[in-house]
Amino acid sequence: MDYYFLFTSLAKIVALLAVVLGIMNYAVYAERRISALIQDRLGPNRVGPAGLFQPIADAAKFLLKEDFTPRHVNTFYYWLAPCLAMIPAITTLAVVPFGSTLFGVPMVIADINVGVLFVFAIASLGVYGIVIAGWSSNSKYPFLGGVRSSSQMISYELSLGLAVIPVFLLVGQLRLTEVVRYQIEHGWMIAPFIGDWANLHKWLLAIPMLISFVVFMIAIFAETNRLPFDLPEAETELVGGYHTEYGSMKFGLFFLGEYIAMITGSAIIVTLFLGGWHFPGIPDGSHGWGWGLVNIFVFFSKVAALIFIFMWVRWTLPRFRYDQLMRLGWVFFFEIALVNIFLAAIILAYFPQ
Amino acid sequence: MSPILFWLFAFVMLVFGAAVVINRNPIASALSLVVCFMGLSALFISLDAFFIGIIQVLVYAGAVMVLFLFIIMLLDLRVEERRKINLVAFVGGLAVAFALFVQICFVVDQLGAAKQAFPSLRAAKMDDVHNVGLLLFTNYNLPFQIIGVLVLVATIGVVVLSKRELR
Amino acid sequence: MLRDYVPLLLHIGVAIGFAVSALLMSVLLGKAGRRTRVKDTAYECGMVPQGETQPRFSVKFYLVAMLFILFDLEIVFMYPWAVVYKEMIVESKLVLWSMLSFVTILMIGYVYALKKGALDWKR
Repeated sequence: MDYYFLFTSLAKIVALLAVVLGIMNYAVYAERRISALIQDRLGPNRVGPAGLFQPIADAAKFLLKEDFTPRHVNTFYYWLAPCLAMIPAITTLAVVPFGSTLFGVPMVIADINVGVLFVFAIASLGVYGIVIAGWSSNSKYPFLGGVRSSSQMISYELSLGLAVIPVFLLVGQLRLTEVVRYQIEHGWMIAPFIGDWANLHKWLLAIPMLISFVVFMIAIFAETNRLPFDLPEAETELVGGYHTEYGSMKFGLFFLGEYIAMITGSAIIVTLFLGGWHFPGIPDGSHGWGWGLVNIFVFFSKVAALIFIFMWVRWTLPRFRYDQLMRLGWVFFFEIALVNIFLAAIILAYFPQ
Repeated sequence: MSPILFWLFAFVMLVFGAAVVINRNPIASALSLVVCFMGLSALFISLDAFFIGIIQVLVYAGAVMVLFLFIIMLLDLRVEERRKINLVAFVGGLAVAFALFVQICFVVDQLGAAKQAFPSLRAAKMDDVHNVGLLLFTNYNLPFQIIGVLVLVATIGVVVLSKRELR
Repeated sequence: MLRDYVPLLLHIGVAIGFAVSALLMSVLLGKAGRRTRVKDTAYECGMVPQGETQPRFSVKFYLVAMLFILFDLEIVFMYPWAVVYKEMIVESKLVLWSMLSFVTILMIGYVYALKKGALDWKR
C-alpha cells in the first residue's frame, strides 16, 4: 500500500464526484429546459445567460432555506433517511469504469471482480432511505409513498438482475472493466455485428442483447422512480410521496439522490451495452494522456445522451396505474427476461461461432 | 487480511449485534441488524470472498431485511414500554450464551481442521464466482436442484398463507 | 486485494462525508424560522390530520417482498452459472439443462402464484 496509490484513488474519487455533481446540477437545468421545449414554454431563462446559472441559484436556495424538523417525526431516522437515499447512489459509481487510463492510472475507482453484483447490492440498499423516510415522517402520505416505492423498487430489481445475465453469459466475468474490454474486442453488446457484417453468430446474439437492453433500461426507469414509474411521488395521489414532510437540504438530498441514481443508471447501461468509454477509431489512454481524456469525454457524452432519453420519456408518457405497474414488472418483464436468458444460452450452446 | 480492518469490522458487528437485542424499537433493531450484515460482508470481502460478501448484502440486507421492515410496519408494532427486566430470564439468557461460547472454544480446541490454516483465496488462479459456479454445476448439481424444490415449497407456502388473509 | 478494497472504503467515506456536510451546511446557513403549532402538524393538504398516522396496508406488499426474496435467490444462482457457462458448454450441454430444470421447478411456484392471483393488484 503506497501513498501514490492512495493519492490517485482519492483524486479519482473527488474528480468523479465533482463531474457527477456538475452533470447532476445541469441535468436539473436541462430537464426544466427540455420539458419547457416539449410543452412549448420557455423554462428558466433569467439567471445568467439563457438561465445557465440557475443550478447555482437552486443550490443556494436549498442551503438558505429554513431547516425545519416537525415535532411529530422520529428525529434521528428523519435525518438519517436523506443520507441513506443518496449514499448508495454515489457508492455504486465506484465500480464503473469511466475511462481507459490517464497517465497509466486506470480510470475506475475499485475494479472488484463482482462489479455488477456490487452495483445491485448497493442499489438494493437504496430502498432503506425511502422506507425510513416514509416511516419516520409519521404522516399518511409519506408512509404510503414509502411502502409503495419500496415495493416497486424490489419488484423491478428482479427484472434488472435477470436482464443483464445474457451479457455475462457472453463475457464470462462479472468485472465491469472486463465487460468493456470484451466489447472493444467483439463489438458493442447491442450491435455486435458492426464491422463484422457476415457473421451470423453475431447477428443471432444481437437479438437477446437488444431485448436485454430494453428490459434493463425500463427497469432502470422504474428503479430511479422516474415517470412513467413515478408512483411513489405521484403528486395527484400522494402529494410528494415519501418526502412530503421534508424541506431545505434534507429534501435536496433526496432530489440529488434521485438524479445521481439516474446518472449512475445511465453509466451502467453505457458500460454494459454501449461499449463504455470505447468509440470506434479512438485509441485508449496508453497512446497519450490526450486520448485518455477523450475516452472519459466519450463516456460522459454517452451518459448525457441517455439522460436526455430519460427526460424525453418522462415528459412524453403518462404515469402507470399501480396494478399495471406491478403486473408489468412481475409478469411481462420478468417472463421476457427469463426467456431471453435461455435464448442467449441456447444460441451459445447450439450455434457456436 | 489487514488486522486493523478485521478488528474494526468485528467491533462494528459486535456493537450492532448487541444493539439488535438491546433496542426497544423494532425498526431500530432491524436497522442494526442491517449494519451487522454489512460488517459481516466486509469481513468476507477482506478474506477475498467477494461473491459471498456481496451476496450477504444483496440477499440479507437488500431483500430479507426489507421484508422484516414490512412485517414490522404491517403488524404496527409500537415501541415497547420500558418494562422491568425479568431477572430469571436475564440470567438464563446469559448462561445459555456463555455455554455456547464455551462450546465453541471447546470445538476449536479439539477439532484439527479448525486450527489449520486454509490456503488463501488470493492464491487461487480463478476468482470465487468462477469456483462456486464450477462446483455448483459439477459436484453439487443434485443439491442445487433440491434447493429449487425448497424454494418452490416456500413460494407455494407464501401464496397459500397470504391468500387466506386476503379473503 | 487491498488495492480493490481500500478505494471502495474511501469512496463510501467520501459519499458519507458529502451527505453529512451538505446537511450540516444547511443547518448552519439556513434561516431560522418561528415554530408554530400549525407548522408542526403533519401535512394533509391543509386539512387537520385525521386518524392514525400510519395506516395499515395491504398484505400484498408483504407477499411481494416474500416472493422477491425467493426469486432473488434464483437470480443469485444464475450469476455463477453465467460466469462458467461458456467454458462448460464446450464439454457438455448438461450445464444448460440443469439450469433449465432449476428454473422450471421455480416456475411451477411462479405459475401457481400467478393463477392464485397473488400478483394481481386489481383485486
